[in-house]
Amino acid sequence: MISLAYRDVSNSFGRYLLTGIGLGLLIGVTLTMAGVFRGMVDDGKALLRSADADIWVVQQNTLGPFAEPSSLPDNIYRGILAIEGIRQATNVAYLTLEVGRGSHSVRVMLEGIDTQQNPLHLIAGRPVMRSHYELVADERSGFKIGDRIPIHRHDYEVVGLTRGMRSPSGDPILFLPLKDAQEIQFLKDNDALFRDRVQLKENPQLNPPGNPALLDAVEQQLFSNHRVNTVLIQLLPGANPRRVADDIEKWLRLTAYPKDEMEDILIGQLIAMASKQIGLFLVILTIVSAAIVALTIYSMTQTKLKEIAVLKLIGTRNGLISRMILLEAIGLGLVGFLTGKLAVTYWAPLFPKHIVLLPDDTLRALLITMIICVLASIAGIRAALRIPPGSAIGG
Amino acid sequence: MNKLNHRKLYSVLLGLVVISVIVLIALKGPLAPLNVQVVTLKLGDLEPAMFGVGTVEARRSYTIGPTRTGKLQQLLVDHGDNVVAGQLLGQMDPVDLMDRLQSAQLNVEKYEHLVESAQARLDEAKSRYTQAKHEAERYRDLVKKKQVSHEAAEAKTTDAVAAADQVRVAEADLEGVRHDLQRMQSDLKAVKAQVDDLRLVSPASGVVTSREVEPGSLVVSGTPILRIVDMETLWVRTRIEQRNSTHITTGLPADIFLRDQADKALEGQVARIELIADSLTEERWVDVAFNKIPEGVAIGMLANVTIKLPVVRQTQWLPAAAIQNFQRETGVWSVRDNKAHFVPVETGTRTLDGKVQILSGIDSNDIVVSYTAKPLNEGQSLNIENP
Repeated sequence: MISLAYRDVSNSFGRYLLTGIGLGLLIGVTLTMAGVFRGMVDDGKALLRSADADIWVVQQNTLGPFAEPSSLPDNIYRGILAIEGIRQATNVAYLTLEVGRGSHSVRVMLEGIDTQQNPLHLIAGRPVMRSHYELVADERSGFKIGDRIPIHRHDYEVVGLTRGMRSPSGDPILFLPLKDAQEIQFLKDNDALFRDRVQLKENPQLNPPGNPALLDAVEQQLFSNHRVNTVLIQLLPGANPRRVADDIEKWLRLTAYPKDEMEDILIGQLIAMASKQIGLFLVILTIVSAAIVALTIYSMTQTKLKEIAVLKLIGTRNGLISRMILLEAIGLGLVGFLTGKLAVTYWAPLFPKHIVLLPDDTLRALLITMIICVLASIAGIRAALRIPPGSAIGG
Repeated sequence: MNKLNHRKLYSVLLGLVVISVIVLIALKGPLAPLNVQVVTLKLGDLEPAMFGVGTVEARRSYTIGPTRTGKLQQLLVDHGDNVVAGQLLGQMDPVDLMDRLQSAQLNVEKYEHLVESAQARLDEAKSRYTQAKHEAERYRDLVKKKQVSHEAAEAKTTDAVAAADQVRVAEADLEGVRHDLQRMQSDLKAVKAQVDDLRLVSPASGVVTSREVEPGSLVVSGTPILRIVDMETLWVRTRIEQRNSTHITTGLPADIFLRDQADKALEGQVARIELIADSLTEERWVDVAFNKIPEGVAIGMLANVTIKLPVVRQTQWLPAAAIQNFQRETGVWSVRDNKAHFVPVETGTRTLDGKVQILSGIDSNDIVVSYTAKPLNEGQSLNIENP
């Protein structure tokens, strides 16, 4: 059987390839958009994965530490441990701030954890072993092992590196001992401290004559922080997360979210708007790509109407001609898809935010490209079939 | 011919593209074996330590202040002065105390006189009694000789009894006045003690660390005027996590890093482990004394303390990064036939530089994953890649 498509393409291969590559770049952009969206979802999930908790306990009637501020006393975990079905409860504090070393400054999320109970997955270095002033940084922060990062009043040494630990907003996470995080969260600058102290000292109710110890106690209470943002709970095997969460809400007057609800909050609430935006963008990009493929195929057909008329004149069957146009369209799609996929693979790491390229998405994109190409070729095929064979010798 | 060459060329190019895509998927894609770095159990000494943050404080510090509300009259020492035990540091204004002292003194003297006069009255009563007794005896003799009447003799006897009673009255009076004198003497002593108490005296040798009130100010009882610290007893009151603090004993060596010279380790040792722990912060107080108190150290200065726990000799250990949690179990990923396999292990001592003692679970033949780019799963293909 004669492959008309092969011959036609090899006739003007350069142009065909360039058209394919142009289309491929467009597909690449579409895939990148999908990757950005997946990346946002994955950022949300990365945090849940690294926390490895069955239940998130937060301040009453709040949506957790990320969607809304939440503050709990740090000894409430003892009360939580008393509830049946709980294996482990650990305090966690989160705060976002800009840290820098020299001229290199980066926005990060600090996560204060119980460093002994939560082994982190490291790609270099070691976990935090001291009870203070050490941290494990995500590699995206750009810090290296041995760096000393000043945060407020102390220098913290980077002892280990992790990969893929990001906050829901994409900032790299630095893990450090909980007490340090509490201190950083609360620490005022020295001038503010001094002013507060003077104010306390001048208040006769807090500094009554004859009771000098009272002022010390008040200061100690005011200038220390015993609050955390959330308590992460791991359940005993067989415990029902919803029931334990209900118990916590009922008896401790807190709000507790099982893991899947927390995921809904993180993905549903936190990135809902952004994901809608990207979704719409994705749809428009897909439509534009489809239109471009259709127009390209159509104009490719239009330029060879004369040849097609000649083919018809010499008795070529319509099926053969249709197949040529269809195969050319599919070929264009394949070239475009490969170019797009390669382009995305190489430019994705350059993006500042995390981009996730899922194999599923790639396959889906391939399928959509093929469908679009088939649909787009219909216009071309119709035009080709409508051309009368006589026009080859006429006009 | 030319066309045929073109066709060949295009076919080769297409083939190359397809092959490169397949190779890319195989090497970088989801099916590729994961590159891992591995370690094996190592044998060696582990030097565990506990890290804590503390402040420089004095084991012995004293607060000097008045026991009674009053005005500060004078203060003889200032911030930074060295003082010795018993040294007069200052004086409170006595107000009326001196007059009361004099009054008490005069009272005592008055009662001394009253005692003397009571004594004299007693002596008088005694001599009257002696005379009355003799007279009564003489009249009894005269009655026997029938020279005086019975009535006269009985009257004399009654006189003698009355005189005896007078002696007892005078004795009681004297005793009463003596007690009054004692009371007045006690009063005098009390006022004297109060006057003494106005003197602010150093209870121990040390350095004045703060002078909080100036002479002329009104000071409520209990308000500190001076603070004195015995600089020989400076130590670092350190907060140590309660967890794993069981191994800390007094006498363990420690490195102290003061905030003002963060790179210079000062030697010290655990001097006291406080019996009351902080239940809120879940920390214990461990007091670490300097072996040699550094020059110019300020009280309240922040210090990082590393307490060196006893060395664990010749034990098997792994880098802490190799210890992972998988399905809520602590263990390591061992490599068997280039596949990942999770093995739960029991860990022991941990050191600050990231070594963890392995008590059981694996042996020295096991190859253990130390670093991977991604978290592992059971049965995952691995490619060992040690730098």
